[in-house]
Amino acid sequence: MTVLRLAYESLRSRMFTTGLTIFSIALSVLLLVGVDRIRQGTQVGFEGTLSQTDLVVGARGGSLPLLLYAVFHIGTANNDISYASYQYFAHHPAVLWTIPLSMGDSHRGFRVVATDDNFYEHYRYRGDHSLQFAQGSRAEGIFDAVLGSAVADQLHYHLGQQIVLSHGLQASFLKHTADPYTVVGILAHTATPVDRGIYITLWGDEAMHLGWENGAPPLTAIPESQIHKSDLQIKTISAFLLRTKSRMSTLFLQREINTYKPEPLTAIIPAFTLEDLWSVLSAADVALSLVSGAVLVVGLLVMLTALYTSLNERRREIAVLRTLGLHARQIFALFILESSLISAAGAALGLAAAYLVLFAIRIPVENRYGIPLAMVGFSARVAYYMAAVVVAGALLGFIPAIRAYRNALVDGLSAG
Amino acid sequence: MISPEAIHLKNVVFGYEPRTPVLEVGELVVETGKRVFLYGPSGSGKTTLLGLITGVLTPQQGSCAVLGKDMTKMSAPARDRHRGAEMGYIFQSFNLIPYLTVRQNVALPCHVHKRRRQNIVAQTVSKEVERLVARLGLDTHLDRNVKKLSTGQQQRVAIARAVIGKPRLVIADEPTSSLDANRRADFLELLFEVCDEAQATLVFVSHDRSLMERFEERIALSEISRGCA
Repeated sequence: MTVLRLAYESLRSRMFTTGLTIFSIALSVLLLVGVDRIRQGTQVGFEGTLSQTDLVVGARGGSLPLLLYAVFHIGTANNDISYASYQYFAHHPAVLWTIPLSMGDSHRGFRVVATDDNFYEHYRYRGDHSLQFAQGSRAEGIFDAVLGSAVADQLHYHLGQQIVLSHGLQASFLKHTADPYTVVGILAHTATPVDRGIYITLWGDEAMHLGWENGAPPLTAIPESQIHKSDLQIKTISAFLLRTKSRMSTLFLQREINTYKPEPLTAIIPAFTLEDLWSVLSAADVALSLVSGAVLVVGLLVMLTALYTSLNERRREIAVLRTLGLHARQIFALFILESSLISAAGAALGLAAAYLVLFAIRIPVENRYGIPLAMVGFSARVAYYMAAVVVAGALLGFIPAIRAYRNALVDGLSAG
Repeated sequence: MISPEAIHLKNVVFGYEPRTPVLEVGELVVETGKRVFLYGPSGSGKTTLLGLITGVLTPQQGSCAVLGKDMTKMSAPARDRHRGAEMGYIFQSFNLIPYLTVRQNVALPCHVHKRRRQNIVAQTVSKEVERLVARLGLDTHLDRNVKKLSTGQQQRVAIARAVIGKPRLVIADEPTSSLDANRRADFLELLFEVCDEAQATLVFVSHDRSLMERFEERIALSEISRGCA
């Protein structure tokens, strides 16, 4: 108890060097834990974005790009799929429901997704959460639009607002100015990329591009009032989500879609494709963890240097403690305690900072990059890091402690 | 029962390296309750001798009975306990733990050893510290950082820490060397007074023979030692 008190007071008296040492260890722990938490946070975030969907189907192509653009609004679709193929699988006997998705337009940086009622009906995230409306209702009319919560928040839009959509994903010169859309609903916050979308009907998507068959706006725009659903024919969509009636049939259906003769299609199982993504990213994760580990080593060496260089000026202190009846072992313990306290304080501070940073960047990252970052709790890996830092700190403390122990025995009372 | 001899060293041989003895003491006896002046020139092995008496060092040969216990027959932790519980020690300078306050420094022996805690006069350790520090005229410095004290003040704090909890033996190793001449007498007076109050045997080591006549017994290291240092 006395030794612990001594260690504490000793460190406190060297506030500046102690503080710097704790800070450098905390910084490396922040990096280590931060990298790990962000990794797990994105995994949980991505996995929570889509649930109950057995297959994601798009035009023939890579499975990862398909998943990223269809679900996470990252990247673009290379090819569309015909509405007829969609209809075929939507009415397939093994299929419970499908959600068509048609993308390619944007509004002030937010994606416009054309879909139908199935989206509001069947889309699920984080287990069994369904989409809720904060205000208004589903888009029914051709020029109706529903906003994700982030879109409404950031653009300060409200129900009844008229919005003009741009062609393509970048802020474009080509605007569908002729056909303004009206906000009829705003979705409740989901903390998934759904928040960053603007949802219109498949009819709306076709109407917007009426006369655009050449890739450029028609010379004479067709007035909104003259466009009716009966005039429009949905020809293509970008992708669709699919749920089977029985999970058992997923693999069979996947093969059927992949070998579908009339049109080259790709069907992926989202969880498997996410696994691929993580294995791609794990190399980056390892690299970052190694860098953080190196920073940790530096932090611990800073501590070792500070403790070791103080040894000489502390010989007198050791002699005094010896006359007070402290065993050489207790002198040893004093130094071990000092290094342990420093590393424990650094670990605790770094851990707290990591969670604080994660909490602080979560919303901005989600809003700016559309990467869903879940707030994740303690994990075995974090616990392991913490233990490793404290144990490494204590072990490094052995070096000055052994010196101090020897000094205590050899110097006797004549030190200084 | 109090042993009549506080210290009894016999045929002691000590070297920091086993084959090169630096100190050989035929016999050294200090009677209980005496104030003993132990003198010898610098480098004659005084501090080494004190290391043996306090049990920080162990001799290669001979016996080393201190306060009724033979240090050579005790384990290192037992010697440490014996020292901390029964002895107070004052160095020439830098006696104090730099990162503790005056109060914390003086109280240390009571926190380390139950025996010292049990022997206090006041009701609590904290009150005993205050009493002793006031006794030594430092009451206004109680909660100060010891680094802010003058050398003379630091030495007086060292006295307080050495005598708190009534150790049976107080050892002072050149405690006045860092003080100027007119302070030495005052310091010595104070040391005598508090040692008497604590009923402690005092072993005072110095090379400065001008202080010698104040002591009832004087031992020259050269007489007891077949010294080789």
